[in-house]
Amino acid sequence: MALHGAAQGIAMSLNAADWLHMVLHFLSLSLITFGGVVAAAPDMHRYLVDQQHWLSDPEFNSSITLAQIAPGPNVLFVAIIGWTLGVQAGGGMAAGPLAWAWGVLAAFLCLLGILGPSGCLTLVVNRWGMRYQDRAGVRAFKAGMAPLLIALMFSTGWLLLPPIQADAQHMPGLLLTAASVLLMWKTRIHVLWLLAAGAVLGLLGWV
Amino acid sequence: MTEPVNRPQSCWDLFMTFTWMALQGFGGVQAVVQRILVDQKKWLTPQGFLEDWSVAQTLPGPHVVNLTLMLGDRYFGARGALCAITGLMLAPCTLVLCFAALYQGLYELPAVRSMLHAMGCVVSGMIMGNALRLLQGLKGNPMGLPVCYALLSVGFVVVAVWRIPLALAWLMVGVPSSVWAWRCMVRPRALP
Repeated sequence: MALHGAAQGIAMSLNAADWLHMVLHFLSLSLITFGGVVAAAPDMHRYLVDQQHWLSDPEFNSSITLAQIAPGPNVLFVAIIGWTLGVQAGGGMAAGPLAWAWGVLAAFLCLLGILGPSGCLTLVVNRWGMRYQDRAGVRAFKAGMAPLLIALMFSTGWLLLPPIQADAQHMPGLLLTAASVLLMWKTRIHVLWLLAAGAVLGLLGWV
Repeated sequence: MTEPVNRPQSCWDLFMTFTWMALQGFGGVQAVVQRILVDQKKWLTPQGFLEDWSVAQTLPGPHVVNLTLMLGDRYFGARGALCAITGLMLAPCTLVLCFAALYQGLYELPAVRSMLHAMGCVVSGMIMGNALRLLQGLKGNPMGLPVCYALLSVGFVVVAVWRIPLALAWLMVGVPSSVWAWRCMVRPRALP
């Protein structure tokens, strides 16, 4: 990531204690990231940008945008944050492979911090659930949650929709969404075709 | 509950499947998880997917990461969990860091923004289409279909319209419906 001069100067001051502090911060956030790690983004922003001044505001925001558009889990924005900090600590992109190695290491540490505790908890609960999967309580929990879960999926799709206005400007987007609902629901078309169609229509400026 | 048709053959199979899944997940992997694990690989039935997904969503951490760990662990223990999660993260992480290194200003271009907007419309539709497919997982639910659809509607209004925080929605809808499901299970209605 290209560096802002000022931010680079600030980030160079990260020492071992700072790194430890940051990983501890991510570790502490891990167990409260209900509803996805992006839900914990405001807290990370408070810590990294407002409190420690390790990242600039645009750097933080672009990490999230980039992770959203790139393939893969959205939690990867944490890896980009780590990468940015690591490269800066290593002297910037121009400093060569050593700085990149720092970036990769920092990205890994940050991911491990944010995913480690919640991942361990998941494994423990999973094994417990498998052992007791025939117990009435476990089955009741799963059966009872099922309708809410489908509701949550509808809600996620709904909230991702562009603003609902049936005017000429938004119609193409809504039609595209409707077509994608139908194709997903009724056919076994490969998702890559749908995404590629969206990308092409967008590039052509039709949506 | 009907058993799934398939299972992963090896840790390598797990790794490749999750890599391939992650690389299709533009705008989040959630939209393609079900398509791949249930429809294509048939590792899970729709009902089984709903059950696992409900656990993955209840726990802290990214839902897709949780589901990945759960499945990997179920088939091949800790080794499987490690292979699956590495598959999910490694390729996309490499890709995203390369993007970050090369093209910081790329997503400020109008053409890219317009492309992302259109892809966002598609992803939104994919997720809702998936939800429609999952409705078949409600068959055989001890609460019965009418109650399930009623709960589903309430859940949608609470989360999508009223925008109530997720934790509160679990308390307001998920907990009562689990209690109700438990009641329906321990006292099944007399068969006609």
